[in-house]
Amino acid sequence: MRKFVIYLIMVFFAIYYLLPMYVLINTSFKPLSEVDMSTMWNPPKHWSFEGFKKAFSKIGKNLKNSFYLTIPATLISAFLGSINGYVFSKVRFRGDKIVFMLILFGMFIPYQSILFPLIRFLQSIKLYGSIVGLILVHVIYGIPITTLIFRNYYMEVPGELVEASKIDGAGFFTTYTKILFPLSIPAFVVVIIWQFTNIWNEFLFAVTVTSNPEKQPVTVALVNLAGSQVVEWNVQMAGALITALPTILVYIFLGRYFIRGLLAGSVKG
Amino acid sequence: MVRKFLTVLLVGVLFFAGTLWAKENALEIFSWWTGGGEEEALMALFHLFHKYYPDVKIINAAVAGGAGTNAKAVLKTRMLGGNPPDSFQVHAGMELIDTYVVPGMMEPITWILKDMNALDKFPKAILDMCSYKGEVYSIPLNVHRANVVFYNKKIAAQIGMEEPPQTWHGFVEYLKRAKEKGYIGLALGDKNKWTALHLFESLMLAELGPDAYNGLWKNKTSFNNDGIRRALEIMKEMLNYINPDHAAMTWQDAVRLVYEGKALATVMGDWAEGYLKTLGWTPGVEFGWFALPGTQDAFMVVSDTFGLPKGAPHRQNAIRWLKLIASREAQDVFNPIKGSIPARLDADKSKYDVYLRWSMKDFATKKLTPSIIHGSAAPESFSTALMDAIDEFVTTRDVDKTFKKILMIAEDNGYNVK
Amino acid sequence: MKKEVLIGLLVILPSIIAIAIFVYGFIFWTVRVSTSNWNSFSSLLRGIYHFVGFRNYKRLFQDDRFIKDLWNTLFFTLFFLVGSMSIGLLLAVLVDKGLKGAQVFQNIYLFPMAISFVVTGTVWRWIFAPGIVPSDPQGINLVFKKLGLDQLMWGWYTSTEHIGPFNLALIPVIIAAVWQMSGYTMAMYLAGLRGIPVDIEEAAKVDGASEWQVFWKIKFPLLKPITLSAMIILGHISLKIFDLVFAMTGSGPDFVTDMPSIYMFELTFRSNRYARGSAISIIMLLMVAVVIIPYLVNSMKEEVRR
Repeated sequence: MRKFVIYLIMVFFAIYYLLPMYVLINTSFKPLSEVDMSTMWNPPKHWSFEGFKKAFSKIGKNLKNSFYLTIPATLISAFLGSINGYVFSKVRFRGDKIVFMLILFGMFIPYQSILFPLIRFLQSIKLYGSIVGLILVHVIYGIPITTLIFRNYYMEVPGELVEASKIDGAGFFTTYTKILFPLSIPAFVVVIIWQFTNIWNEFLFAVTVTSNPEKQPVTVALVNLAGSQVVEWNVQMAGALITALPTILVYIFLGRYFIRGLLAGSVKG
Repeated sequence: MVRKFLTVLLVGVLFFAGTLWAKENALEIFSWWTGGGEEEALMALFHLFHKYYPDVKIINAAVAGGAGTNAKAVLKTRMLGGNPPDSFQVHAGMELIDTYVVPGMMEPITWILKDMNALDKFPKAILDMCSYKGEVYSIPLNVHRANVVFYNKKIAAQIGMEEPPQTWHGFVEYLKRAKEKGYIGLALGDKNKWTALHLFESLMLAELGPDAYNGLWKNKTSFNNDGIRRALEIMKEMLNYINPDHAAMTWQDAVRLVYEGKALATVMGDWAEGYLKTLGWTPGVEFGWFALPGTQDAFMVVSDTFGLPKGAPHRQNAIRWLKLIASREAQDVFNPIKGSIPARLDADKSKYDVYLRWSMKDFATKKLTPSIIHGSAAPESFSTALMDAIDEFVTTRDVDKTFKKILMIAEDNGYNVK
Repeated sequence: MKKEVLIGLLVILPSIIAIAIFVYGFIFWTVRVSTSNWNSFSSLLRGIYHFVGFRNYKRLFQDDRFIKDLWNTLFFTLFFLVGSMSIGLLLAVLVDKGLKGAQVFQNIYLFPMAISFVVTGTVWRWIFAPGIVPSDPQGINLVFKKLGLDQLMWGWYTSTEHIGPFNLALIPVIIAAVWQMSGYTMAMYLAGLRGIPVDIEEAAKVDGASEWQVFWKIKFPLLKPITLSAMIILGHISLKIFDLVFAMTGSGPDFVTDMPSIYMFELTFRSNRYARGSAISIIMLLMVAVVIIPYLVNSMKEEVRR
């Protein structure tokens, strides 16, 4: 009986979580003439792959751009966060807490408040409009969160381990590569999932920093699927599914490790 | 891992270098035509351009969303950073003049039209909208009409609307009858706010008449005008016949209400005609249209134009592009697909459907008036503020308060309020 | 200075410089714009700086729309926090029971995190589009009608009803936002629950505590740090929420679902009122700072004590 109630609640919430997914999938398989808000619950009368074909032909190359953007940006910011986290957790210097706090604050700012100067700055260093520029932006604004996660993770690593390696004569970088780095896989998983989904799904920077459609990430291309006058919702929804696929896969395959990683002390703020 | 990563980086760099290299002989055209018929129409123009200049690589820098609002933001950023495209889409009027011409970012291109002997091929009123201090700054490619009512003929027959109403009293009468039969009178979709002002500006035009309406923008007519107050009163009355869920809908959803036989009519620019055709309707068969009662003598213009920014990276190609789109051939290639009429008056009428031919006739004979919400009449600071005021009015329906607000906005923007 | 410290500082120096420029330098630039007269494209273009003090801020606080935005933010944040955290905690506890299939449910609850706000906003707009009540409902209203729950049909985000300054139209927006973020809250709580040593629970049970008591007296207090982090993370997301509301409802009829970020976007990118828009973004920044800085200072102090 108690089990039944638990399942009931879990199923209820599962419906809540899957409801939008149903609308998304349902609409993407309809031909344009069937797409309408008032019939959105009805399954397609005629199943059509038109939406997927059209969406893929239009956003295919942007998917590639998103990979060129997201993979380097995620990896660079993960490594950067890891090495920063090492310093902030194991090296003491005067004012270290304050510096760390100042860095951390960067994660909470509304990005609107830096958007305009950011664009001007990128224009002045000739990185405006390029994927490289966008990578730079994501790496920099990723520093606070990645540093935080790694620092909290390394705080749990006993100081004796690090001390012991130093006594063995290992330097700063050797200690990092030999002791801390091999221990950090769970933290890397959390950071990679976090950064990958955020960068992949990010829209504000993507649309303002890249203007050439050849170089735009897929989120921008997805919005561009809608014309200024006619929106083909089946194409739009199919495009949304294609766009969400990589991140959904990341969650399906790494979701378990994500919670394990969070468990490994990463979430303590 | 590291090697893979380096490969990715290298590919990225090569990719980047590749596009730089391609800059040699290119043409970058900026627009917000990204979907449906409009993208197709743009592609047809590119195709035509390639016919004459096969070596030029065209970069289609289109940014979609929100009827061009995203594109406009991106464009401003690029212009500000000294990074202009070779030519860009901009609505005729203040959107071009106030934003780019007055600050000195555009090259005058009167000479292009002179070279082509085309200065008299466009209506004077439309070239005036593209001009500043006697020089033309952009070439109008197409024209949409904003003050049109589209209606469902089946419902019209049911309620006995055989002839289009001539006055708004007559129109309201039909709206009332439609409501009594259980239909929505007037479909409105103002989720994105601008459609409410789209309706209101046409009502303003109806109550002021085209001359006084045009005078507002030249400080000849005062905003402190009974016509504007009456327009609010009429709007208030019309709001009794709209769909209650208007705030959840876009203009496309509103057009669909007409298409699905739930609403009698909707007031929209004639891109709605293109949309109804995509849905499978034939103009004049399933749906009819008329100019919003009171505005029969006027043609509210929404015109897409292209200009020449100073510092265009491929100026030569940009001039070729402008010459091309100013030609009759290009306008007749583009417009039938886009569902708009050419800005030139000498187009080949046989290429256009019955609705567009009607619109072409009116375009050539009626008084042309600039749209507020579509960027022609007033600077963006005015139109967005007015848009907010009208959006609020749809909910509050408080004529006095809104009228006062309109006066304040007009005064803030330096218009005549005496 | 010790060699190790020196290397450490060198390692973090690039990050510090980057943050100094990209966060603090740019914020300073925006503050400067917010006290200027740059309220048209041409004045921005000319770039001649004219200091007007706090005029842009003063105007905002005289602006009905901005006042509505502040109220909306307050209520949105409040209900979004309560919703996400209570659902997150509930689901974490249920999943943690480890019944058969719990893993599947856990993945289902997590997946909204993978999808962009731009996409989910559109879908939720469809779901909560009311249609014409009661004759021709749409979306969720149609479902209610089919189930015979007619009295549950209403205008959702198109409604202009309000209780005091709380606009009811915010309810569907809150539901959508909770949908997006409660899975993440669940993950945090789940990590926390799994981190509680089993023997504590066992000991309590031996002492005769009921499961209910074990949870509230023992587990819940141990989850306090997680509750606090979750509040901070959700709170700052909610104070600056943009994509979701923008895609789902926009500012709504009579600004019932308007948010400062949307007003800021419209002022900056549609009306060319850069100075006024910058003022909003600085106010948003201050709102976030009021919540975040005490939290940061406090957590640092606690660490020192440890």
